Formats: sequence, structure tokens, C-alpha cells
Amino acid sequence: MSLSSEEINHIALLARLDLTDAEKAKAATELSQILDSFDTLKELDTDNVTPAESALNLVNVLRIDESRPSLPTEAALANAPEQAANMFVVPRVVEAE
Amino acid sequence: MPQVASTKNQELKTKNQFKIMPFTDFTALQLAQQIKSKKISCREVTDAFLERIEEVEPKVHAFISVQQDEARKRADALDKRLASGDDIGPLGGVPVAAKDLLCTKGVRTTCASKMLENFVPPYDAHVVERLTSDGAVIIGKANMDEFAMGSSNENSAFGPARNPWNLNHVPGGSSGGSAAAVAARETPLSLGSDTGGSIRQPAAYCGCVGMKPTYGRVSRYGLIAFASSLDQIGPFANNVEDAALLLGSIAGHDRRDSTSLKAPVPDYTATLRDGIKGLRVGVPKEYFVQGVDDNVATSVRKAIDQLCELGAEAVEISMPTTEYALATYYIIAPSEASSNLARYDGVQYGMRVLDPGDGIMEMVSKTRAAGFGHEVQHRIMIGTHALSSGFYDAYYVKAQKVRTLIQHDFNNAFEKCDILATPTAPTVAFKLGEKTGDPFAMKLADTCTIPVNMAGLPALSLPCGFHDGLPIGLQLIGNVLDESTLLRAAFSYEQATEWHKTSCEL
Repeated sequence: MSLSSEEINHIALLARLDLTDAEKAKAATELSQILDSFDTLKELDTDNVTPAESALNLVNVLRIDESRPSLPTEAALANAPEQAANMFVVPRVVEAE
Repeated sequence: MPQVASTKNQELKTKNQFKIMPFTDFTALQLAQQIKSKKISCREVTDAFLERIEEVEPKVHAFISVQQDEARKRADALDKRLASGDDIGPLGGVPVAAKDLLCTKGVRTTCASKMLENFVPPYDAHVVERLTSDGAVIIGKANMDEFAMGSSNENSAFGPARNPWNLNHVPGGSSGGSAAAVAARETPLSLGSDTGGSIRQPAAYCGCVGMKPTYGRVSRYGLIAFASSLDQIGPFANNVEDAALLLGSIAGHDRRDSTSLKAPVPDYTATLRDGIKGLRVGVPKEYFVQGVDDNVATSVRKAIDQLCELGAEAVEISMPTTEYALATYYIIAPSEASSNLARYDGVQYGMRVLDPGDGIMEMVSKTRAAGFGHEVQHRIMIGTHALSSGFYDAYYVKAQKVRTLIQHDFNNAFEKCDILATPTAPTVAFKLGEKTGDPFAMKLADTCTIPVNMAGLPALSLPCGFHDGLPIGLQLIGNVLDESTLLRAAFSYEQATEWHKTSCEL
């Protein structure tokens, strides 16, 4: 199976990767090979097998919903590429009227 | 007693017992004892390792950053506490390197990625807290493959680490820096992480001891996540007892990682000398098939014979799903990675690429294209595809079902055996650049280690021979939470052989 350029564009969009055409072509070749290698799993009959979600059979851990000390705002913002007024700054996400 | 040196390995010298041993050749346990009895100071030890780092680091490049000033300050503070009569802990004054995906408060943590080139964590990882409270000195942040994706360290955005046994060869990956630093005696101990073999494979390539504990044995709070159902933190050392000492320090429950197990932590060093009489060692035939180098297979078989001479009993077994583990891993791990790495969007931390007029979509997509390396991008894309509408059942669910079958294979094996013995990697360390063009050849390096992560079991690698002057690793796999038996078997083998006394010349 070879991934088409539409398929690679779709995957890159979902993955939020702004790739050049050359990068996309390389990814298409490599990903197609890797996806082909997954065909080997079809040899195994798994119709009545329960999927394993983790390494061990762990159960959900719950705790009482009460507040605990957490990072001070200043520390949480310290690595932000841009911040103002105790908030992360991002490009406008809502359209101007 | 096996011979250390074959004709090809004449250059491998056993340490000269008659010359005064430098501090950098001491075991971690010896260092802790000598410091505790005030024969040497924490500062002397830290200085000795920092000097060694300065001397060999231009060749090995095992570190992304070295904390000279912080380490010296910390050593001085520990010396002061010691002078005032304090117990400074079981690792008091012993240097430890942390793989650069373990968060260190105020110290840059890059994950070997341009994305996090300037990331300074506001908190310490759980394991770093534990090391600190046990008296260790964090000496540096070890090199690795970007976001722990790779088997050779060549995917580091800051240049590859090299194998101290032969600088033209890779140290393995992804924890290649952690392994190389220990093998090159730049630190007596280090921490790595293992998602598909990332501790054990570099330990094998660099001739040291590396252990992946049971999934959940060590808290991952503060570990930068790759594949959360597989990731586990573990120790590197130059001998089994030091690895046991380090595991004891970092193991145990932590409520900040809900997958960490509440089981009590035994004293891993206490049972090392109990012997292995009657221990049933399973030998799965699928780990000795095509692709495994003859020299590796022979050395591992010899090691199993040696275990039998020490009182163990070898049991030939079959684990038919072994060959499917690699494909299963390359669906599950990238799927989880595509989700975990979605957080790198140029908003809260890390790199941001924002051109005039860009909206948020352009910013996120440009940032991720510029910040992630090629291998990371490809794995994100594989995972994104495997989880996407229309493909989810065929890839992700199918892989989870095969994962169940792999787990069944291990359950069956542990009904007949106490531990399993296999090669850690199919070959010795390969040359830099040898496999970079071929995505499959590289991934084959992990065929013997990946199945273990699928089942969450503990496993370790320790040296069991050499080929062409490069170390060969023996992998021992244990049952859930049975690290003690693994370490005891490894210790018994190690004490009966000379491999761990052989160190590389740099």
C-alpha cells in the first residue's frame, strides 16, 4: 500500500505538522513501508481476544475532589513563549466583528 | 571461569589492582561507604567525576548539560551536614546523571529536542526528589534520542553520544548518554527510561548493567512522556549491586503517578547473595532465531550454562507471539506518542514559530514542523493515522489484542519458569550512520526487548561477553514485581564472571 498525497496531507493536517512537499514525499514513502509491515498482524486470529489497554491490569485511581497546593502562576507561566496579565498569549482565535 | 580476553580482545585490560584506584573507578556503594566513614569527601568525589567528564566528554558526548556549579555546591553542603553528624543517606555524595527527559527544577531539560531547547522545569521529577533525599549529587543531564525515540542516540538534536568502547559505534538508545556516561566512568550511576528497550539495549551496547523495573514500580511524575502504557524509569550502573542500590532509592508509590504501584519496596541489596539453586531459567527459542548474530547467541548460551553451573535449571520454552511484538509496538507506541506530544503547540512552553498574520493553526503547525526532528514527526504521523477514523480498529485495536496474546505468552512462561534468559540485542553496537537510512534495520535492534514492555515485566541487561571489542548483553526477564529474583540471578552470574571488571580505555 502506498499513501497518496491526499492521505499524507490529511495525516499532516491532523498531526498539525506544516511540512514541505519534499518532507511529505519522504514521509509518504517511509510511512507506507511501516504500515505495510503491520500486515503481519493479520496472521493472528484475535476475534475472541480482549484488547489490552495497559501493561498490567490496572484499575482507575480516584481521589477526593479537594484542592491541593499547586504551582504558583508565575512558575507555570515562566516557560511560556509569550505571556501577559497572568495568561498565555496566543494569536486571535475568534474572528473580529 | 570464562576468559575475559579472546585473541581479538587483547586490548581489554582488567583493572590493575596494584595501582591506586582513582575515585572514578570505585563502585557507587564503595563511594557511599568511604564518604560515610569520612575517608573521602563528597567534594573530592564530585570533583573527580567532573574532571573525568572534562577529560572524556569531547569524545563521548554523553551529556547534554553538566551541572558543575550546582554539583559542587551540593557536595559542599553534604560535606557540611556530614561534619555536623547528619546521616546523608544511602547515596550520600554519590554522583548520578539523569536522562534529559527527567525534570530538574531550575535546570534545563531538553528531551534532546529543539522543541524544548530552553525549557526549565518548575519542579523536580519524583525520582530526582528521591535521589536528592537519599543524598545523591545530580551531576548532569544525559544525552538521548529526541523524545526517547530511537535506538542509537543519533536522533539527538544536540549531536549523538558515542560508544566508549569504540567511538565509531553508537552507544544504543534511547538512553545512550546514560549508558555511555556510566561505561566511561563519568558517573557511577545514571537514570534512563525504557519504552521498548531504551535502558536495556544501550546497557548491552555499552557493557553496563541497566534495568527496566516492573511497569508502575517507579513513579513517572516529572518524566516527559513518550508512550504512557509502556514508559518506565530505571537504573544504570557498572555492577549489579549498584543497580540494586539505585533501584531501591527510586522505587515506590507516589500519588502523583496514578499508575505507580502500592506494593512495598524490598531491600534489593539484601537478597543478592542468596544464590540461585533450583532457579528455573526459561530459554525461549524465538529469541535465538534469524537476525541474532551467532557470536551473541553463543555468548548468551554460555551465560545460561554458567547459570546452570551455579545451581539454576534451564527450561527450553516457546513464545510464539514474539515475532509480532515489533509491529504491535510500532502501532501502540506512536499512537500514544501522537497524543502525548500534542501538548507541544507553542503556547505553554517550548519553541514557538509565529509569522506576521499567522492564526493559531499556522502557529501550531509551523512550530511542530520546526521543533520536532524527522523521526519524531514520522512517529507522530504513524500514531495519528493509526488512531484516525476508519483505521482505529484495523491498527490500534488489533495491536491491543495482539498485546494481550503477548502477555499470555509471558504468563504461560512464568508458570514453568522463575526468570527468562535471552540476548538483550541481536547484535553488538553498530557503527554511527550504519542504519540511519533504513527505518527497519534500526528498529530490529529492539526485537528482544520490546515484548517485555508489552507485558510490563521487569528485565535487566548485564554484560556476558565481547565481540570485536564490543560488549554483548544478557537479558534476564522476571515476573511482575520480582526485581529481587532478577537482581539475585544477575549478581550470581556477575560474581562468577569477570566481564564487569573489564573497563573501556578512552
